[in-house]
Amino acid sequence: MSTRLAKGGRLIDRSAGMEFTFNGKRMRGFAGDTLAAALLANDQMLVGRSFKYHRPRGIVASGAEEPNALVNLGTGARLEPNQRTTTTELFDGLAATSQNHWPSLELDIGVLNNAFARFLPAGFYYKTFMHPRPFWKHVFEPVIRQSAGLGKVPTDPDADRYEQAYAYCDLLVVGGGVAGLQAARIAGASGARVIVLEQSPHWGGRAPVDGDVIDGAPAADWINATLQALEKMENVTLRSRTMAHGVFDHGYVLAEERVADHTPGDGRPRKRLWRIRAAKVLTATGAIERPLSFAGNDLPGVMLASAARDYVVNWAVSPGDRTVVVTNNDDAYRTAIALVEAGLSVPAVIDARAEVTGALPARARALGIAVHAGRAVVKVKGGKRVTGVSIGLQAGEGAVLDEISCDAVAMSGGWSPVVHLYSHCGGKLTWDRKRAMFRPDPDRPPLTHDGSPLVYPAGAANGALSAAEALADAVETGLVAVKALGLKPGTTPLGRAEPADEAPMDPVWIMPQGAGAALKAKMWLDYQNDVKVSDVQLAAREGYQSVEHTKRYTTLGMATDQGKLSNINGLAVLAGALSEDIPAVGTTTFRPPYTPVTLGALAGEARGEIFQPLRRTPMQDWHQAQGAYLEPVGLWRRPYCYPRAGETHEQAVHREILNTRSNVGMLDASTLGKILVKGPDAGRFMDMLYTNVMSTLPVGKCRYGLMCNEQGFLSDDGVVVRLSDDSWLCHTTSGGADRIHAWMEDWLQCEWWDWQVFTANLTEQFAQIAVVGPKARQLLERLGGMDLSKEALPFMSFAEGTLGGFPVRAYRISFSGELSYELAVPAGQGAALWAALLAAGADLGLQPYGTEAMHVMRAEKGFIMIGDETDGTVIPQDLGLDWAISKKKADYLGKRGQERSFLASPERWKLVGFETLDGSVIADGAYVPAPGVNGNGQRNVQGRVTSTYLSPTLKKGIAMGLLKNGPGRMGEIVEFTTADGKGMVQARVTSPVFYDPKGEKQDV
Amino acid sequence: MSEPVTALQGASFDGFARVREIGPLGMITLRAKAGTKGLDKAVKAALGLALPAPRRMVWEGPADAGRGIGWMGPDEFLLVLPHADLPAALAALEAGLQGSHYLAVDVSDARCVFRIEGETADQVLRKLMPVDFDRLEPGELRRSRAAQVPAAIWAGEGGFTLVAFRSVAGYVMGLLSHSAQPGSELN
Amino acid sequence: MLILECPYCGVKAEETELSPGGEAHLKRFGPGSSPEEFEDYMFARQNPKGVHFERWRHSYGCGKWFLAARCTATLEVFGTYPAQSSEPPAELVEKIKAKRPQWKGWK
Repeated sequence: MSTRLAKGGRLIDRSAGMEFTFNGKRMRGFAGDTLAAALLANDQMLVGRSFKYHRPRGIVASGAEEPNALVNLGTGARLEPNQRTTTTELFDGLAATSQNHWPSLELDIGVLNNAFARFLPAGFYYKTFMHPRPFWKHVFEPVIRQSAGLGKVPTDPDADRYEQAYAYCDLLVVGGGVAGLQAARIAGASGARVIVLEQSPHWGGRAPVDGDVIDGAPAADWINATLQALEKMENVTLRSRTMAHGVFDHGYVLAEERVADHTPGDGRPRKRLWRIRAAKVLTATGAIERPLSFAGNDLPGVMLASAARDYVVNWAVSPGDRTVVVTNNDDAYRTAIALVEAGLSVPAVIDARAEVTGALPARARALGIAVHAGRAVVKVKGGKRVTGVSIGLQAGEGAVLDEISCDAVAMSGGWSPVVHLYSHCGGKLTWDRKRAMFRPDPDRPPLTHDGSPLVYPAGAANGALSAAEALADAVETGLVAVKALGLKPGTTPLGRAEPADEAPMDPVWIMPQGAGAALKAKMWLDYQNDVKVSDVQLAAREGYQSVEHTKRYTTLGMATDQGKLSNINGLAVLAGALSEDIPAVGTTTFRPPYTPVTLGALAGEARGEIFQPLRRTPMQDWHQAQGAYLEPVGLWRRPYCYPRAGETHEQAVHREILNTRSNVGMLDASTLGKILVKGPDAGRFMDMLYTNVMSTLPVGKCRYGLMCNEQGFLSDDGVVVRLSDDSWLCHTTSGGADRIHAWMEDWLQCEWWDWQVFTANLTEQFAQIAVVGPKARQLLERLGGMDLSKEALPFMSFAEGTLGGFPVRAYRISFSGELSYELAVPAGQGAALWAALLAAGADLGLQPYGTEAMHVMRAEKGFIMIGDETDGTVIPQDLGLDWAISKKKADYLGKRGQERSFLASPERWKLVGFETLDGSVIADGAYVPAPGVNGNGQRNVQGRVTSTYLSPTLKKGIAMGLLKNGPGRMGEIVEFTTADGKGMVQARVTSPVFYDPKGEKQDV
Repeated sequence: MSEPVTALQGASFDGFARVREIGPLGMITLRAKAGTKGLDKAVKAALGLALPAPRRMVWEGPADAGRGIGWMGPDEFLLVLPHADLPAALAALEAGLQGSHYLAVDVSDARCVFRIEGETADQVLRKLMPVDFDRLEPGELRRSRAAQVPAAIWAGEGGFTLVAFRSVAGYVMGLLSHSAQPGSELN
Repeated sequence: MLILECPYCGVKAEETELSPGGEAHLKRFGPGSSPEEFEDYMFARQNPKGVHFERWRHSYGCGKWFLAARCTATLEVFGTYPAQSSEPPAELVEKIKAKRPQWKGWK
């Protein structure tokens, strides 16, 4: 039985009762409880089933290292799986359910796996994946899918809010135990900007539980006084409930603050991800107790000794009435003493060490606790709960000398410093033989931007386990960090504790050391992933020598707890099996995050409307009010078409095209890139950027131009406008504006920095409206204010003036083949001009059209589209654009690239048009096969379609595409594959210009 | 002719800080290297202000109706002034810089401008920008990003002015409102 | 996540405010260059474990390109300098030599 004790509990408020449910069962706890403490108080030791064998599992730990007690927390839109009960603060109305069981926690069919455990050894998956294949697919996988997995994925959108915040400091202290507080005080006194993070809601770490005495008084007094002093320092920020989970390059640290986890629905963000930039990081992250490997060490009721002590002291919860303590060190005696002092029974301390001396065992003996030296737990007895232990010699093979009935076992295999944050950025470890632990190697710390150390470990995290050592180490490390920051230490009172009289621990990796196979198959290393001593030994026998390989083969340490309890024990067992020294085997790599981070916190504000910065044109509101169907173009959302009631998108597109070609249409072209290039050397620069000559373009004229990358491949196109003697305006594709502007700046800054050229990206300064169709001029003349006649404003020229009172620049350019004006107006007046045009053009049949109509019309006209006809391997010459490539210019970007021999080959695929013989539409992306197969056994090909549409103007399928030696094959019939890949469709090779090949319609 | 409108037509949000879109302001991008002949005088004539030091905004007048000139880069300045005064200012720049290598262009409509005001206005921005606000110097103009978009900010008049691109005005307003939610103060 | 100081505006910019631009101090080969020269310019890049000179743009700040000398193994940054440099500043080269005696020089 675990239960709530009548007295004590330093963290709970007995006047604030709380109700919660576990698997629907109503339970009660107190404010200050963790969910784990409250479950134990309600005698709920069994909290889950193990991952592989579905063995009953109980609460093992009291903090972030807990491997077993994970639950589904909350319901509906607040359901979150895999929540550690040991770090979850209880709140009124909390609802938790256990995971990984079917059909119920008490009765789990998956436990059959347990019976077949010997058929599920290390590397089971790898072995099973191999042979026979159908067996995997039809037998194993369905069974495993049913029983595997941790927790349930929520199906509802998360109801909570999340956010992120940036913080900067000189020294980030991670860990608010006595070492962290002491170091923070030193750093604070030096004037450094300090942030102190503590994972739990409480400061002071283990010291109050361990009964440490600082400056002659209980640790809690010193902790409170130090906190008060730190709170008064303006240069120190204290933040509890905040888990620093990763240290990254140049002092970048991520930490997750649990703002409202314990007050759900109060309107505050549930979690906040802190993005901290620290000049130096001091890790006072403490240590984690190691389990001992004895048979049955995973039964509910077997707990870490420190956890048993925490539950009694912090939350007044007894893990059991009779607790056997099993240990290889003195620290566990603190648990025995705490239990007895709380009125509980400790029938025995089983100590693996041959000799037990020291002050703590002496105190235990004085309390009447039986201490059995040189003994081992041979086996824990019980099913869903511990009922007793059998005892033997640690030096032996497992012969049972005695049996002790008990309902809890508190184990301690020694302590491992939490070196994760120290290691994330490359800090190396050293093996401390005396204490059998890896601790940070002071000679090989992680480095920061200037090559100096980034992380300074202090206290237990540095291997200084006792309060006295930790406090002293924090002073030393704190001063080193202050000095490294270039600061002078101030004066501040420092805490001191008397050295503890503790006898050395004796490393124990297997208990008893000579245990046979049957016992070792029940010694759990990794509770969460169900990895046992026998699995690691099997891996060693099968030839695995690297700890990294063994980890992946056995899955040791690969669960959500990342092996906090299991890694050191596992690699020690591996070292033993390989007859190697532990440091020679080494550790696996410590990677962020230290504890799992909620995806919501990583996403922060980026969800819903502000998931990404969607760009809106000045006319966007109108488009969306019209019910336009939008398509993504980069981060823009452009109208694809404006469907009317009852219309399909295709019908809408066809209506828009036919109307534009017969009346007048209007397109929002605001997204087009518009880059101003100005200066004495601007003409020279333009001639380098574009393949054709732009320096000769007369003021007032427009010219279509192509830009290539240095390999010669087509990168962007658009109309260039000569604004004045020394300035050009370059139109780019909608998606290309920022890229091309950056490209220009790159060349100007990094290659031709002596050229006098300035650029400015004016894309968003202007709304741009294309007014297109035979009645376009008529419409614009109604607005009035400018001479728009063919004589005053001929094709490929522009004029500035006013139209209907709007200040506009009107370009006579056409991407449709029709009479067309593109009007640029300051963005703040774009919506008004759009509305004015709509009003003026109603009786002319004016309709807006979308990007798809634009695409079809340009394809009818044989105009290429960057991204359709180009894919980064196409040169302008492939597209028949030789006319836009200057032969005279000595150089332009891409010219040398285009001179490469394979780009001049007559075998290249070149642009042509295709007309199907039956009028059907060629499938998107269809290929023209060629005879034979290539070296991979794939069909040879000789061409592909790049744009293909049903032309409503021509009432048949039209297409453009690239065909080997295409222009030399006019009139030839070729065959395309159909969409389903089964049939073929015949098409005639034609000119890519299907509509008005002489260009008479646009030049009127 | 129509009155120019801002992207969000003056949207605002009251959280633990007040967020409001301001404008339309007149804005000119001026590109010229320091030391360009006529630069100081032309700017003085256009705006009545002296050129700012690197990374500084020189501001005069109320936050949403004053005049300012900010250092955007070694050869780039941002001039801010009342919208109606823009044509005259551009003309003054053109006159003063004639014969020199420079670029001056109206970018009033390419931008959106927000004010974030209140005692804890900085906290709204601390959630969005990788900027050490404790070390932001008086009069400093900082170009960085707000979440996923470029943004420039400077402090003054009991708050901050933030300039971003017009097309993402809705996104920026969303960011600022999210970050200013009551109850989400950074204690 | 790296921090690089922009030599133009002095901002210690974090990586998210910067855009990377690959190896620095490449010489452009245009029309008239040999296939080998062009191949080298276009495709051949150093990939050292150690000192590397690279291009970065302060794209969310002043918009300027600059160059950085950085150790690809430890991420130590030796210095940054303007893009309008045909070779690394002499004092930077000396500084790197002092810190990395094995280093063979920047070319």
